[in-house]
Amino acid sequence: MNLPLFERAADGVHPPVSYPAYRSNVFRSPRQPLIVLPQNLTEVTAPVFGEDRLGPDDADLTRQFDSEPLGQRIIVHGRVIEADGRPVPNTLVEIWQANASGRYRHANDNWPAPLDPNFAGAGRTITDDGGRYTFTTIQPGAYPWGNHHNAWRPAHIHFSLFGRAFTQRLVTQMYFPGDPLMPLDPIFNSIPDPKARDRLVARFDIDRTLPDWALAFEFDIVLRGTPFEAADHDA
Amino acid sequence: MRERACERTIGPDLTPSQTVGPFLHIVLPWADGPFAAAPDSPDAIAIDGRVVDGAGNPVPDGLVETWQVGSDGHRGFGRCATDQDGWYRIVTVRPPPQAGRDGDTEAPHLDVSVFARGLLRRLVTRIYFPDATENAADPVLSAVDPARRGTLVATAVDGGYRFDIVLQGDGETVFFDV
Repeated sequence: MNLPLFERAADGVHPPVSYPAYRSNVFRSPRQPLIVLPQNLTEVTAPVFGEDRLGPDDADLTRQFDSEPLGQRIIVHGRVIEADGRPVPNTLVEIWQANASGRYRHANDNWPAPLDPNFAGAGRTITDDGGRYTFTTIQPGAYPWGNHHNAWRPAHIHFSLFGRAFTQRLVTQMYFPGDPLMPLDPIFNSIPDPKARDRLVARFDIDRTLPDWALAFEFDIVLRGTPFEAADHDA
Repeated sequence: MRERACERTIGPDLTPSQTVGPFLHIVLPWADGPFAAAPDSPDAIAIDGRVVDGAGNPVPDGLVETWQVGSDGHRGFGRCATDQDGWYRIVTVRPPPQAGRDGDTEAPHLDVSVFARGLLRRLVTRIYFPDATENAADPVLSAVDPARRGTLVATAVDGGYRFDIVLQGDGETVFFDV
């Protein structure tokens, strides 16, 4: 069978399975080594989702209520591509984030920062034919967490992506350039390769700002590609 | 399993994984998420299980996703957040066996992704069915230490199957590098 074969990440790209500096990892990370799973049909396919997954304002987190949320309005956009630059079209992108004060609208987030009645922090969209996506949202705030003394998470937006194959499924976080909390954050630092860490930092994008309206950041997401396909056809 | 040298080739510029965190419920669970197949399908089955950590405590803030192929007419994808006691439920149909890349045959299975606070990358496992005769020749099961193989096979219970996911320690589930 000529199934596509997806490349593996280089060492240092993904966090290790075990990373005790992130305290919640200690009792949740497997101790046995991972076993290599061959890439057969289940692994090289993925669910396809259509517009019926999306609500009317899912890509604009500032318009989901009658009034606007507080905070700095931002455009977050980018491309979902494979390592060889090939776009990943028509794939579902889901995001969630804290509000401008650094508080999530979630029963388990109780730190004393205000909720915003006009901000849910949930977004969904589907990439276009060029793999492009765009969200309008507000700049999330930093927030404290109990990992260690005076621990603060840098401002971030959570991203969930499916790609075109089970092998490409990715949950990650986007950070903001210049945030002084990034070098102090064990979750960000769990990525061994500093160059790989930098791929999670969005780029300020003056060209996509909307004058008199919103700042803009660009965040491209690179999924595993299939550099061996030609070789496979020869096999 | 035949080794393929090219599988070890590296991707230089991939986006790294990060944890799903404790607040995944803001967007990831869907009302119809658990239904990889319609619950009124004549051959629908429920798979229930608990996600537990290395201290034996339930994981109340995880997300279990399943994906399967060959079940035509069904979505094939299921997603369920764990509840306060670590339980999840997926409703699906049993997929058919699949021809493998190397001419072998894989027994009916679901691929599973586990996300949770504390996990910096997803954990991947598989659910096999206890009464499938194809299991004996399945190349993935055969490659797993027989003492641990059972962690990949669901248990038949009234009304469906049970598949617990043990993240760490005694009875630790087999997880894959996909």
